[in-house]
Amino acid sequence: MERHTLLTDEVKQLVERWKDKEGNLIMILHEIQNHHGYVPRQVALDVSALLDIPLARIYEVLTFYNYFKLSAPGKHRISVCMGTACYLKGAPELIKEIKNILHIEEGQTTKDGNFQLNVVRCLGCCGLAPVMMIDDKVYGKVRKQDIMDILSSYVKE
Amino acid sequence: MAKVIKAKINGILLRVPEGTTILEAAKQVQIKIPTLCKHPDLEPSASCGICIVKVKGSNKMLRACCTPLEEAMEVITHDPEIVEIRRTVIELILSNHPNDCLKCARNNNCELQKLTADFGINAESFPQFLRDIPKDISTNAVDLEPQKCILCGRCVHVCQNLQDVWALSFLERGIHTRISPAGDIQLADSPCVKCGQCSAHCPTGAIVEQDHTARVWEALQDTEKYCVVQIAPAVRASIGEAFGYTGRNFTKKLYALLRRLGFKAVFDTNFAADVTIMEEASEFEERLLKAEKPLPLITTCCPSWVDFMEKFHTDMIEHFSSCKSPHEILGVLSKTYYAQKNKIDPAKIVMVSIMPCTSKKYEISRSEEMFASGYQDIDIVLCTRELARMIKQAGIDFENLPEEEADSILGEYSGAGVIFGATGGVMEAALRTAHYFICGKDLKNVEFNQVRGLKGIKEAEIEIGAKKIRVAVAHGLSNVEFVLNKVRQAKRDNLALPYHFIEVMACPGGCIGGGGQPYMVTDELRIKRAQALYEDDASKQIRFSHQNPYIKRLYEEFLEKPLSQKSHQLLHTRYKARPTYRK
Repeated sequence: MERHTLLTDEVKQLVERWKDKEGNLIMILHEIQNHHGYVPRQVALDVSALLDIPLARIYEVLTFYNYFKLSAPGKHRISVCMGTACYLKGAPELIKEIKNILHIEEGQTTKDGNFQLNVVRCLGCCGLAPVMMIDDKVYGKVRKQDIMDILSSYVKE
Repeated sequence: MAKVIKAKINGILLRVPEGTTILEAAKQVQIKIPTLCKHPDLEPSASCGICIVKVKGSNKMLRACCTPLEEAMEVITHDPEIVEIRRTVIELILSNHPNDCLKCARNNNCELQKLTADFGINAESFPQFLRDIPKDISTNAVDLEPQKCILCGRCVHVCQNLQDVWALSFLERGIHTRISPAGDIQLADSPCVKCGQCSAHCPTGAIVEQDHTARVWEALQDTEKYCVVQIAPAVRASIGEAFGYTGRNFTKKLYALLRRLGFKAVFDTNFAADVTIMEEASEFEERLLKAEKPLPLITTCCPSWVDFMEKFHTDMIEHFSSCKSPHEILGVLSKTYYAQKNKIDPAKIVMVSIMPCTSKKYEISRSEEMFASGYQDIDIVLCTRELARMIKQAGIDFENLPEEEADSILGEYSGAGVIFGATGGVMEAALRTAHYFICGKDLKNVEFNQVRGLKGIKEAEIEIGAKKIRVAVAHGLSNVEFVLNKVRQAKRDNLALPYHFIEVMACPGGCIGGGGQPYMVTDELRIKRAQALYEDDASKQIRFSHQNPYIKRLYEEFLEKPLSQKSHQLLHTRYKARPTYRK
């Protein structure tokens, strides 16, 4: 089957490296995810053309595994813990507040690309519940009224 | 010979060949195990769980659709516990399915609704959890309503495996699983070729033809309009199924019916099929004898096949017959030849095509050549299922209607015209006339059994004069690649052409198995429908398109000769590469 799409050299090289190996689709998508932080649609189309795998199959894989993202990640990744302790200590309230301030849902990125909101399970410091992380920094015993200040500190940068 | 298995179902001893599933075996002892995701055309996907049965000695429930009967197995297909579990399965499906049956296109014709009734479910057993997934009406041919989807997977298997189109897929997982066009775009931007096989296989109202009956009623009410209609070959062999008849040809009742509905003239697509043959057989003769354009010649009556080629096999464009499909030809003739002859303003003519096909809805505006009369040549397309609804709305006692004839001359057809509806039919009709064009005399035996029947790819060698003509017939789009690759390989290696002439129909069985035909088609039914067309052919005195006296008249009075300038202007079209993914 012939499919006509623009091919980027980068994808071409990547596919070349994996071409004859079994299970190559997942490995190729992994590398793309690691490189871009998500799988851009045009790259998925290129992979489809190069491997002669229908786009439908590629999206079946991309949407099946949590690991793959279809949109560009935000500059700052907010991870709010919803583990048992954090949940009991008010994590749902924190998530609600973040959604209100940033106008995004779980998994989404703000329009300016600055923040991405993710809900995660235990971050391993239940004593500090409720816990959230922004990038690599951990915030413990967070109160709803602290959220605005914390987020603001990432806007000034 | 397969090994024979001896086993018991509900205490009844039976013998079946090894590999027979419990579901199939049960039929031999008059037991119908309910199914929902299983369709006779498809491999079992074992997703719904309705067909569970018990096997003595095991405490597990097994799915009858995908479990082969084994030696000495003792199967129980029905007991109070099994019935209760099946009921729970249906109740769980219903908890994710909107209960707006009264407003659904599949009302009274839905496999889930039927099972719900059979199991006497009359209350909501689980709280409803419905997902908010928007409708997709982008193609103007096939509508997708994922909220009504029960995730049986039939459409996905049909689209990916039977048709090799890969427009539909499952996205996400678990409770978020949903059907979606490839890569989460609109169906019209996906590789979809509008064949509608998904809609013909869907057990619920999740995928249906886009209903255009209201447009037809409106046109019929409009006194300013002059409504004319044509019926495709395959419709006459299947419309009876809406009234309990299988394998019967209702041509003449359909003519009467359409007049009663208010159409001013009733034409037959079979007439235009004869025109198609005149043009296509001439093209074939030209390519064979003059060799200005390459062989093999490939038929183009099927708009899904044309769309598929324009997306996936663009290197074959030069092999495509430029001849339009029969209903488009009849459309343009009605607004030119017929209008001039009867002094009717073509602007007032509303041409309605009754087709076995959802793709014809797309075809009527696929390119500028579909406006060759100066107007849109076909205004509205209804598929067989829509016509069945119109008959019921009109309150016409279809079974007892007296028979009538079609309007001359666009309603007169030869036996060659009517077999277009079955796979191999176009090839057979074209060979009959090509033989005459090339040798100057008619065939004695007009029936080509090698190209009939449901085998996915049919190959034959036919003698036309001193020449041996190799032909191939493929139906079901997954069978196309094999045939085309043989041509590609021969071209690449400079070998003798594997074929001179290729017919392709997108739907399994050809148009009689079309995506707009009545539901629950099986191969058995496809054979019956085809048989009705072949019987019509055999009963005709004239079985060659070129002998149809009305075709001769059309050329004398209007078109001059096949492939004339006028023919090219009105009856032919062009092809171009189209993007597989538009987004």
